[in-house]
Amino acid sequence: MSIRFNDNCIGCGACAKVCPGSLIKIKDNRAYIKYPKDCWGCVSCVKVCKVNAIEFFLGEDMGGSDTYMQVETKDHYLDWKFYDSNGLKRTIEVDRTSSNKY
Amino acid sequence: MKIERLTTDVLIIGGGTAGCYSALTLADEAPDASVIIAEKANIVRSGCLAAGVNALNAYITEGHTPSFYADYAMKDADGIARYDLLISMSKHLNEVTARLEKLGLVILKDENGKYVSRGARNIKINGENIKPILADAVSSLPSVKVINHLNISDLILDQDGSVIGALGNEIDEEKLYIIFSKAVIIATGGAAGIYKPNHPGFSRHKMWYCPFNTGAGYAMGIRAGAEMTTFEMRFIALRCKDTIAPVGTLAQGVHAKQVNSFGEIYEDKYGLTTSERLYGTVEENEEGRGPCYLKTVGISHEQAEDLEKAYLNMAPSQTLRWIARGKSADEENVEIEGTEPYIVGGHTASGFFIDDGRRTTVKRLYAAGDVAGGCPQKYVTGALAEGELAAKSVVQDFENEFSVNNTTSSLHGGRFDIREFDADFKDFDHTDDLKEIASEILSADDFSFKDKDNISTEIENYLQMIWSHVSSKDNSENGDRSNNISESSSLENESQAEILEAKMQDIMDRYAGGISTHYAFTEDSLDEADSKINDLMVEAEGVKCSDFQDLTHFLEVRERLLVSRVLIQHLKARKETRWHSFDENRSYPDKDSSFGKVFINTRLRDGNIEVIKRPIDGDYKVFRVVT
Repeated sequence: MSIRFNDNCIGCGACAKVCPGSLIKIKDNRAYIKYPKDCWGCVSCVKVCKVNAIEFFLGEDMGGSDTYMQVETKDHYLDWKFYDSNGLKRTIEVDRTSSNKY
Repeated sequence: MKIERLTTDVLIIGGGTAGCYSALTLADEAPDASVIIAEKANIVRSGCLAAGVNALNAYITEGHTPSFYADYAMKDADGIARYDLLISMSKHLNEVTARLEKLGLVILKDENGKYVSRGARNIKINGENIKPILADAVSSLPSVKVINHLNISDLILDQDGSVIGALGNEIDEEKLYIIFSKAVIIATGGAAGIYKPNHPGFSRHKMWYCPFNTGAGYAMGIRAGAEMTTFEMRFIALRCKDTIAPVGTLAQGVHAKQVNSFGEIYEDKYGLTTSERLYGTVEENEEGRGPCYLKTVGISHEQAEDLEKAYLNMAPSQTLRWIARGKSADEENVEIEGTEPYIVGGHTASGFFIDDGRRTTVKRLYAAGDVAGGCPQKYVTGALAEGELAAKSVVQDFENEFSVNNTTSSLHGGRFDIREFDADFKDFDHTDDLKEIASEILSADDFSFKDKDNISTEIENYLQMIWSHVSSKDNSENGDRSNNISESSSLENESQAEILEAKMQDIMDRYAGGISTHYAFTEDSLDEADSKINDLMVEAEGVKCSDFQDLTHFLEVRERLLVSRVLIQHLKARKETRWHSFDENRSYPDKDSSFGKVFINTRLRDGNIEVIKRPIDGDYKVFRVVT
C-alpha cells in the first residue's frame, strides 16, 4: 500500500503538508514519497492534490494488482476514479454532504 | 541549529480529536488563557482519523441512558473498567456530538430531524472530513497556537514531580523546542507498531491503528512516574484480510455473519464481546476450519455498491481491493483476520490511571482520549468528551488554586512568549557548554520554578541525548553496539532505527503473544521477552540517526520499547486469562475471580517497574489539586 507521483505534479507541496506521517518531500519542484513503506493508506494526499498527480495502489504483498485510484474534488462531490492498464475502469461519486447508508 | 523556547498557559500534546476538543473547551471556559497544541503531523489530517471515520459508535440513542452505555462497556471488559469514568464520559457523548454537527459534520437524520441510529449505541454520519472540521474550528481561535510537525518526546518536571512543560524536535529541520506551561493535557493517542504487523514487508504500515501513534504519551508519562493501568488488556482488531479495513460496517450495516470455511456461523459459539468475536476466528483457524469470512454473498448488488461508497469514507483500500479483484461484496465473502495487538485506551482500558476529572497521578498532567485508561469503548465521541472533561479540570484547578489577579501565575496570564536561541551541535560535546545553553534558556524571569538547577539538568540531559543520536561521533562506550547495527543495516539499506523497530516487533511477536503464536504467551516466554527487550533498550542507546526525521523515527522506537517493557510486566501480573486473545496467558488459562476485583497498575520508580493492585470499586474521584 502506497502512493506514487505522476508527471502532473507541480511541486505545490499541499500533499507534503497534510501527510500524517510526514512521508512526502519536495525536491526540484516535484513531490516524492521518501518512505514508501511507511504509507498508512489514508489518501489524505490524494484528496488534497489539485492536479491529480498522486496514484494510490495496493502493495503486491497484500494482493495488489495494477489497479490504482485517484480522486477529483468537484464542489461537495468526491469523484473516486479507478484505473488499470486499460485505462479508467470505474468512477464512484460520493456526496460529502450525504451520510453513509451503513 | 535553533532552539525555540515557548511559554504558554496550557500545552496540549497531540492535535487529534481529544486534543482539538480540549482546545475548543479551553477557549470557551478560559478565553484569555494561552494554549499551544503541539502536533507531530498536521492537525488537518493527523492520527487515527486521517482517513475519516465511518460512524459515531458511542452515542446515547433514544430510549437509552448513560448507564446503559457504561453497563455495556463494563460487560465487554468483563468488569475491568472504571464505572465512574464511563458514566462521566457517557453523560457528555450527545452534547459533543451536537457540537460536531454544528461545526459541520454530516449526520444522517430521519424525516422528523432525528439522528438515524446504526445500532443501540451508534449513529450514521459522513465522517470523511472530521479532522479538517476540527482543525478549522481550532485554527480560528485567537488564544490557540497550533505548532505542526513538532514531535514532543519528553516532559519537564519540577522538583516536586509536577509537570512544567515538555521537550521536542521539529521533523523537517534541525530545531528543538522547549515549552514551559502551567498545565499539560496529554492527548497523543495509543501505541501501534509494538508487535510485528500483518504484512511486515512493503505494506508494513497497512495496519488498523494509526502507525504514527507510537505510544509517545504513555512513554512520557511512564518516565514522569505516572501510574498506568490495564496495559494487559491489549486490543486486537478483527479486520478484513489484507486491507485491515473495519468489519463493523459489514456486520452492523448489512448484518453479515461470521462463517468458517464450511459455511457454519460460528460467532454464537464463542460469545459476542469484542475479544470473543476475535477469539472465535482464531480458534476456528487453529482447529482447521479456516479461513473465516463475513458472509456478504446474498446481499443485493445495490447494498454492495453502498458498501463501496461507505468504505471510501474511512478505509479506501477496501474499495480499491473490491474493484481491483473485479468482484464486489455480493459476489464474494470478505475474508477476516486478526491484527497485531495494540495498546489503545479508546477501545480497551489501557492507559494513564486517571481520576474522574481526567487528572493523572502526576501533578499538572491531564490525559484524554486513547492515551487515558480505565474508560474503554470511548471511540471518537468519548475522546471528545474526555478532551472536554480534562480542559474543564485544568480551568477548575487553576481558578481554585491561583489568584486570578496575579498574572504571572494565573491561568489567565494569557500570552505566548517565544524566544529563539542558536546552538551548534559541536557545543553539545562539552558539559560546560551544555550548562551554558540550558542556563541561557532558563534565564528569563517570567516563570517561577521551584528548582532551576534540577530543570537545567533535565534540559542538559535532553540535549545530550539528542546529540548522542544525531552526531556522527561514536560514544566510546556504545561504539561497539552501534557498529553491530551499522553492519546489518548496510545489507538492507535500512536505517538503524528501522532495524531496531523490526527487532522489537519480532521479540514481542514471538515471546509476548503476537500473531505468530495466535496471541498466546506463557510466564517463561514473557521472561524471555523482558530480557530481550531490556537488551534492546541498551542497544538503542548507540543508534545513530541521519537527520531529524530519522531521529523522530528512532524516538518512536524508543518510546515503544518502554511501553513494551511495561506491557510485559502487566501481562505477567494478571495471572489469569480474563479476555481470550487480548490477554491469552497459557500458564494461567482460566479466569481467576480474585483478579476480577483489581486493576493491575504500574509505575516507574528508580528505574524499576512497580506493580500496584488497585480495587475496581475504589474512590478515584479527585487524585489531588494543583498547588
